[in-house]
Parts: sequence; structure tokens; C-alpha cells
Amino acid sequence: MRPLLLLDNVSRAFQGVPAVRPLTLAIPEGRTTVLVGPSGSGKSTLLRMMVGLVRPDTGQVLFEGRPLTAESAPAERRRMGLVLQGGGLFPHLSVEDNAALVARYLGWDGPRVAARLQVLLDRVQLPATVLRRYPAELSGGQRQRVSLLRALMLEPALLLLDEPLGALDPITRSELQEDLRATFQALGTTVVLVTHDLGEAAYLGDTLVLLREGRVVQSGTAEDLVRRPAEDFVERFVRAQRALPR
Amino acid sequence: MSLGASVALGFLLAQPPVQVGSKVFTESVVLGEVATRTLAASGIPAVHRRELGGTRILWDALQRGELDAYPEYTGTLAEEIFAGRVPATLEALRPALATRGVRIAVVLGFVDSYALGMKAATAETLGIRRISDLQAHPQLRFAFSNEFLDRADGWRALQRAYGLPQTDVRGMDHDLAYRGLAAGAFEVTDLYSTDAEVQRLGLRVLEDDRRHFPDYQALLLLREAAASPGVLAALSQLDGRVSARDMVAMNARAKVDHVPEARIAADFLKATGLDTGSPVLPGRARRLLGYLRDHLVLVGVSLAGSILVGLPLGILAARRPRLGQAVLAGVGVLQTLPSLALLVLMIPLLGIGARPAIAALFLYGLLPVVRNTHAGLTGIPGELQEAAEALGVSRLERLWRIELPLASPSILAGIQTSAVICVGTATLGALVGAGGFGQPILTGIRLDNVGLLLEGAVPAALLALAVQGLFEGLGRLVIPRGLRLVRMP
Repeated sequence: MRPLLLLDNVSRAFQGVPAVRPLTLAIPEGRTTVLVGPSGSGKSTLLRMMVGLVRPDTGQVLFEGRPLTAESAPAERRRMGLVLQGGGLFPHLSVEDNAALVARYLGWDGPRVAARLQVLLDRVQLPATVLRRYPAELSGGQRQRVSLLRALMLEPALLLLDEPLGALDPITRSELQEDLRATFQALGTTVVLVTHDLGEAAYLGDTLVLLREGRVVQSGTAEDLVRRPAEDFVERFVRAQRALPR
Repeated sequence: MSLGASVALGFLLAQPPVQVGSKVFTESVVLGEVATRTLAASGIPAVHRRELGGTRILWDALQRGELDAYPEYTGTLAEEIFAGRVPATLEALRPALATRGVRIAVVLGFVDSYALGMKAATAETLGIRRISDLQAHPQLRFAFSNEFLDRADGWRALQRAYGLPQTDVRGMDHDLAYRGLAAGAFEVTDLYSTDAEVQRLGLRVLEDDRRHFPDYQALLLLREAAASPGVLAALSQLDGRVSARDMVAMNARAKVDHVPEARIAADFLKATGLDTGSPVLPGRARRLLGYLRDHLVLVGVSLAGSILVGLPLGILAARRPRLGQAVLAGVGVLQTLPSLALLVLMIPLLGIGARPAIAALFLYGLLPVVRNTHAGLTGIPGELQEAAEALGVSRLERLWRIELPLASPSILAGIQTSAVICVGTATLGALVGAGGFGQPILTGIRLDNVGLLLEGAVPAALLALAVQGLFEGLGRLVIPRGLRLVRMP
């Protein structure tokens, strides 16, 4: 299968400390890839590289076969949707203005924006009344739903989520996990999600990429990681996800 | 003839008013009033730009043509303008001034020189009329103004010239010296021969019988280019008409009785028969309105400049961190300059009046705007900066729709700081002839008139409060609603 996005021998260091060591990673089209690993494993840096927020020191990023450069990034980003841990919603804009900002910039007219918003409100399970509210007036879960809505506004080819549920309470988190999975399946979009929670990764991902200290330790399905760990670290990481007694 | 040409011709034919200046001491202001009213009485439009500062500022303004006339003294011209190269005589000064395009229009008739003075009663008892009489009284105590004590032609030279034996000699502030003299702390002090205190304290001015002190004959200087026959004829009426006694009396009315200079000048001209008109003195409300208008122009124009320049500079500083440090350091240095110094530095570049004051206030107001714009933009939380960049809109769009609104509380606070500083600092503008609430403050200080001082200080403080309030209100309009719901994360 042709990869939608290819990280080709990329690496990146911050102030001399390597965050990502040279690695090559293909993101297959139409599937959900989860970057999983402990803190400092480089998974967030890798995600930012995909959207051009972080530039690789070596190698290149190919999006649909085209290199992602400083010049091409702004235009390519409109084909990507990004959801950040805190939502990244602009506090001075209402929900509607947050979601419609780029669409209006691209010249969409009112009815087209309204129609798209209506579809997405249903998709992320928010009432229309939320449109006029400001981020400060939303709960944490609502904020992430709005952030997802904003990311989906332009029907992106690639949806990127950086620890989208990391700051939520367990119940909200579990609800959102279900809704995210339903959304990913319904849209059939290519998704890259970053999490340090293996359970979440297994629940949402088709492919898991386990990272440690800037390297890919193992990639495969959740079952691969559990049953056929590539090294000790994989076993330890799997075991560290404590299950409740049933 | 086209309309434009006829308007231009009309403008040329209409006589611009003669600009009369005065220095920032009472006698100069009174004489400036006298000259202005004399011109007006002859049908020549004239305006008095009062209390402009010291000799240098007035002389430079005359040289640049911003002023046409102002009162001056022969000794000051010789010492300060010609640095001692020209003797302080009319014969020597006339050709020297002519080379600078200036003429002595009027010799007013009195001399205001350095002199020694004593209480008349003491002098009478001891039989002292002349400075040389002091030789016979070595027990007398002297107190001189610090300036007189230090000057090369001051106390030391005087002591040598007259062979004075006194040893109890100390220095103190000129105004305090008068109080000490009145209280009997010492018997002799230096003074200006037309000081109001000469009359008020009943002093005897000792005759300079060896002609030690330079001549300080009072004059009216006139720019050659402004010396039309009409102006000369009008001013020449004042030739020799102001005696030392007249001047002392006028100074005393201003300083002791707090009579406005315009009225003193009018009364003087009425007494000499030169002008029978009465001065139209604006009421307090009219005066305040005038000050307010001047003040608002100073603040408004300079603040607009600070915003128009400071905002882009702040954005630039936020975008280019290294350049930003240089920009912030640069505007920071401007802020450390004492405002008075900045104001005076502007005079050689921009002359006198509102322009140098606006330029100084503009530079002064830059820092808060630049710094707060920079702080507001760089203070946007990292996640929001990433979210904004990931949108894929142009940098300008991002700045306009996201970054500036997010930074707006900080930017507005910077502009507010700038405005409040500006309202206060603008009171210094009066020193360079810019008007505003500084004018009554300046006059109040000069005349030791607290009422007048408060007439400027209280409205200036109220205006600062009003500006503060205005910006609080403006915040509700400018800062987006979503930002006012919670503090920024």
C-alpha cells in the first residue's frame, strides 16, 4: 500500500540532545497509526515533523510523495488536521470562529460553512448551541470535541492527534475513546495518534509504533507487541500497563 | 487668477503676527507683555510666546526666525552670546548683532545688573551709599548667591576691585538670601537691581562707584527681517520709557501682589500714555479650556505616533529575537533619558513650540508600547502558537486574526501606560513654548503662586485619571470577549 506520509531517514536534536535518531517510517493511507512510548521517546517530535512544525535535521518528510518544506508546509497543512493535548483552541474566538477560521480564509461562503459545521457537530456529538460559546465556557471533553471538529473542517487527508485525551478524567476519556474510534472508522481518514497509554493505543490503532529514546523499537499490531515482543523493553512496557483485577 | 493663487496671495499679504518671546523670569515676561501690547496698540498683530526658557533657547529661536523679538540685556549678550569677545556696550554690540541679522530696536531705559544691597535702615545708620563705603566696616556679614560666589567676575573679583576686608562670607540660594537678610542673619547680599524684593524689603542698592559690574542695560532685540518701518515705529515709542523704578514696581506687582503680567503691562502703558486699552484677560474657564486643548494635542499626536511606530517595532522584535533585543534596548535607552533633557535636545532639531515637545513625548512613549507588544506576542502559550501555525494560513492572517487579539490585553496596557506617562510629561512642554497645563505650573513656580500652580497640576492629574478610565473602558471594546472570560492560561 502506498504510504500517505513518509518520514525518510529523519533525525532531530534539540540543543545537542537527540530527540529523534535517524529513522524511516511510513504512514499507510486510510489506517490509524499510533505512536506510543514513554516520555521523551520522541513521539511528539515525530508528530510535529509530520505537520512541519519541527524541521528534521537530516532526511525529509514526503506528504503524498511531495517533500514538505518551509514553503510548501502552509498549503499542505490545510490537508492536515491537528488536535493538541489541551485542544489548542483560541480563547478569543467562539467555537464557530475557531472551527471556521481557515474555511473563511479560503473563501467559503456562509451556507457552506454552516452546512459543514452541522455535519461535524453530529459527527463529534456536540449540540449546535455550543457554536456561540467560547473555549473558556466549555468542559475539557467538549474542548477536545471542538478541537477535533476544527481539525476535520476541511476534510483533511491526514488527521494528527497529540495526546488528545491526556488531560481528561477517566470517564470522559473512555467516552471520547469510543467516539474517536467510531469517527476514525466512519471517515476512513488516515490518522496518526500519539499516546503513552498502550491500552488506548491498542483500542484505537491499526498499527502501533513503539518508540524509545528516539528510535523505533517495534511496530506492528497490539497483538504483535504483546505476543512477540522484539526486545526486553517491549515486554516491560507492556507489563507496566497495569490491568485492574476482574 | 485661479482660486489657489488668490488664496496664496491673500496669505502672503496678510501680515503674520510678530512673535515676541520672553525668558522664564518675571521681568522678561512683563517686558514681553509690554512689547506685545505696544505693537498691538499700533495696529500690528503680535503674539507673546511667554516663558520659553533661557538665553540660549530665545536667541536660537530668534536666529531661526521662530521669534521676531524678545527682551535682552547688554551684559548677557556680551557674556553669553558673544562669549566676552564683544564689550557690553551698545556701540560694540550693534555691529556685532547686525552680522547675525539682529538689531537693537529699543533701549528700554533701565539697567538690571548685579549689585550689592542692604536693608535701607542699616545702610542709613552706618552711612553706606556706595560699595566702596563697605571698606570701613569689616565686621559686616555677607551672604551671596552660590552663582555669584563661583563666577570669575563674582565675589572674588569684586573683593579685589574694592579691597573689601570682610571675612564672614557664605553662599546660599538667591531667594533664601532675601529671607536671611530680612531676618538679620547677615547685612549684605548680592541682588539684581530691579528685583521685586528691593521694594518689598526696603533695600538700598549700593552704588557700583568703581563700575565693577558689567552693564546690563535692558533692550528689545528685533530680527532684521521683521524690522518693518511699522514695527520699528511702534517699538521705538518704548525707547527710554522704562525706568529702574518702573521695573522694580512692575516686578513687585507680579511677584508680591500676583497681578497678571498682561494687566501690569497694560497699566504701565496707560500710565505712560502709549496705550489706553484694557487687557482682555480670559476667565479661568477659558484659560483652562485653552490649556486642555494644547495638552490634548500634545498627548494625542505623540501617542498616535508612539502607537503607529511602536506596534510594528514590537511585532518585529517578537519575530526576530536577536534584532528584538537591540530594538528593546534602544527604546529602553530613550526611556532612561531624563524627559527634560530629551525635550531640550529636540530644540536644535525642531525649534520651539509644540513640535519638539511632541517629538520628545513620542520617543518617550515608545518603550511601553514596544515592550508590551513584544511581551504580549511572545507570551502566547506554546500550544496556541503551534495551533496557529498548523492552521496553514498566511503569516499576516495569523498575526491579525490570532496573535494580535491574543496579545491585545498586554498591548492595550502598554498604550495606557504610555498615555498616562505622556499626560504627565507633557506638562514639561511649557518649557519650550508648547503650552498645555505646564504653562500655569511654570508660572506658578516662577511667581511662587500656589493657586496658579494648582490650576495646572490638578487638571493634569485629573486628565491622567480620565485617560486611565478611558482605557479601562476601551479594554471592553478592544479585548475580545473570550479573553475577558478567563485569565490567559
